[in-house]
This record gives sequence, structure tokens and C-alpha cells, in this order.
Amino acid sequence: MKISYDRSKCQGHNRCYMLAPELFDTDDEGYAILLVEGEVPSDLQDKAQLCADNCPEYAIEIEG
Amino acid sequence: MAETKRDPVAEWATDFDHTHPDYAAAATEIWDDLRAGCPVAHSERFGGTWLPTRHEDIAAIAADTEHFTSQGVIVTEWRPDVPAPVGYAPPITSDPPFHALARRVLLPYFSPKAMVRWENTTRAMCRELLDTALADGATAFDAAADYAQHIPVRVIADMLGLPRDDGDKFRGFIHRIIEVPGQVEVEQEDTLDHYLKQIVADRKAKPGDDLISYLLSADLDGVPLDEGHVEGTIGLLIIAGIDTTWSAIGASLWHLAQHPEHLQRLRDDPEVIPFAVEEFLRFYAPVTMARLVAEPVQIGDASMQPGDWCLLPFPAANRDPEFFERADEFVIDRAANRHSAFGLGIHRCIGSNLARLELRIALEEFVARIPSFELADPSAVRWSTGQVRGPRLLPVRLT
Repeated sequence: MKISYDRSKCQGHNRCYMLAPELFDTDDEGYAILLVEGEVPSDLQDKAQLCADNCPEYAIEIEG
Repeated sequence: MAETKRDPVAEWATDFDHTHPDYAAAATEIWDDLRAGCPVAHSERFGGTWLPTRHEDIAAIAADTEHFTSQGVIVTEWRPDVPAPVGYAPPITSDPPFHALARRVLLPYFSPKAMVRWENTTRAMCRELLDTALADGATAFDAAADYAQHIPVRVIADMLGLPRDDGDKFRGFIHRIIEVPGQVEVEQEDTLDHYLKQIVADRKAKPGDDLISYLLSADLDGVPLDEGHVEGTIGLLIIAGIDTTWSAIGASLWHLAQHPEHLQRLRDDPEVIPFAVEEFLRFYAPVTMARLVAEPVQIGDASMQPGDWCLLPFPAANRDPEFFERADEFVIDRAANRHSAFGLGIHRCIGSNLARLELRIALEEFVARIPSFELADPSAVRWSTGQVRGPRLLPVRLT
């Protein structure tokens, strides 16, 4: 499973950071920072899916 | 305080009035009917107003800063006269490109990490309010008037360095500006404008460790914020940060009073709380925003013209069955919940992290303290009118 994040779509809802701080941090202004590159560790795949499914702006995508 | 009586509504699709008590009493059913049939309602009231009800339309309008301006965000008979792109209460009334600058000044203050400092204060406030409500063995109180409404007032007062006792004033401003906009006459010295000028002047003379002082010392790309900007932003925080969260807390408690199984679930399974909070926000989203049409635009069958109002009922988007599975059901552990309670696009509610924190703590403390409760008198529950929806009277009884 791969995860990607599009900063230009992010409006700082912080849903991902709340659901999975292991995968997302936030910057000083509250925009998301994706913490993993490429492959999502297997124990975090459910959380990655949750992040994608809850982003109101469709800024997070999952592949595979 | 004399308030205008609203004319009866002929048809919701062609004559709706979101400030009418009949709308407050049945908004969800009205949205469902319109969405299935209309789906963009129109009214000649307020000089021409549109009401889209589908998620797709509401999201598209929220994202469209070319045909729509935020110069006006509360539907009134008149049109606000402070021009775009700044508007009378930046950044909510601002358009690009100024909007991003005005928003950037506030964002760090409301980021999720900045909210941590409000956790303990908020929890202490909730406990204190429950102590008072249940003093001397009381078993009945008003969950809106004695509990929900005080929580955001006190947090905002602390944040702005204002006396918590000014809460009654804040609620007066909110009632006049949001619930019955432009329908009450007041003396100049009782207006929000007058209050804002006074507190900003006071703080300028005597700065402290609070958000007003921070804004007075902040700059936009090297240019200090002018006093009008600071006053507008503080007014926004007072107006937008209070009845919205109070409504979300009240509506959630209204739900729990009628769903003991959900109250039990929150108590037995703390891990469900973050999901429950988002579902409360979806199901009882309090805020309907508005835009003014800036350029002619077609939304479905609706031909919107410059100067028309367009409401953005995010609560209606949150109940759209085309967008949500089981949209009309409250699913306490809903996993996929792309709700728009805090809006969509560049104007996402800047206080969303604070609102969420207050809602979560208000529920946690209530659940911890009150084993079971019910509506003391369902017919006495009163929902607010206008663009913020929540119970204003909510008598409950411990059982």
C-alpha cells in the first residue's frame, strides 16, 4: 500500500493528524505533513485508509 | 427588544426563510424534501436568496471564489458595505488574495498543537458548570442554558483576555447578528462595534498575553494590522466561536438524552469517542454559511445573479444520501466520515480544532458525571433560528 498527500488540496481540517499521528504531523499553521514515504508499514495500513476516507478535501490518496 | 414577526412561508422551494421558527423546528426534513425534489431552492426574501441542498452543489460553491464572494456571510436585507477582498470581519469576509494573508495571522493560534493549552481549562470549566447545575442534589437542569452555552463563552473570553462575565453581552450580540439578523433595533453603545472599539483601545493601552494583544502586534507582510481589521477579527471570534460550539454540544446532548444506548457506548468504550464526535458533527452540524453572488453563475437549474445571496447549508450536505451511506442514520462509530461541518475550501472553520476539543471534553465530562438522563419536557426544547442551528432550551432530568 502506498499513500500520497497533496498539500495544494489540504485546508487543514486535521482529520488525518487526529486519526493517525504515526502517519501525519502538522506544521505551525495546521497543514498536514506526511511522515512516511512510499510504502505504508503493514500495521498502519488500516489507519492510512481511514485518513484517506475522512479527508473532506480528498487530499490523501491510497494505492494498492 | 422588539423583534419583527416573520411572514408565513408559502412553499419552501420558492419562499424559504431560514430565520423562520418553522424552519428551525424542521430544518432536516425541509432539506431532505428539497434535495429530493428541487434541489436548489429560491426565495425573494432578503433581496433574493438561494439554498442548495446537495453535497455536490454546496462543495462546488464553497470552492468557487470567482463567482461567489465572502464579502457577506450572514444573510440580511442589506448588503455589507465593506468591500472585498478585505470585508468587515477578516478573514471570514475576505476573498483571495487578501484572505490567505489575514488567515495566516490566525492559523498558528488555532493549530491542533496550540489547542493543547486549552484542554485543562476547558475540562475544569465543564466540571464547575456541572457542579453548579447539580448543586444541592438537583436532578433537573437545562443542558443548553446551564451547561452548553457557557463552555465556549468562557474559553473565548479567556483566549481574548476578556471577563467571563461578558458572556451575557456576547450572547446578546450573537442573538441579534445571527439568530434574527437585522431584525432588532439597538442603541449604539450596546452594539458589537462599540464593544469592539472599546476593548481594542483598552488592550492597545495595556497589552497582555492574549489574542487581542497578539493581533495588535502582528503584521501582514511587514504592515501592521489596522484597528478596523483587529476589531473585525475579534468580532468574528466572538460571533463565530460561541453559539456554533454551544449548538454542537447542545444538539449532541439532545441526541444522548434520547439514545441511552449511545450514552452507554461512550462510557463503556472511550475509543469510540473520536468517531462519535465526528458523527455528532456530521449529523448535527450547526453552521450554514453564505456567500454573495459576484458574477452570474448557473448551478443546476438555478441562474444566480450578482447581489443574490447563496446559503451554504453544510448540515444539508452532511445528510445527502448520494454522498453518505445511511445518511439519515446516526452511526456512532462511522469509520468513513468525510463530513463538512467545518465547511469546505479556503474558508474551513479556523476554530475547528477548538470546537472539537470543547465538544469532546463537554461530552466526556457530562458522560462521566451523569449516568442516565432524559428530556424533562420534549415540547419545551427550542431550536435557534438563522444560520446556526442548535437547541437554546434543553431541559433534562436525571433518571
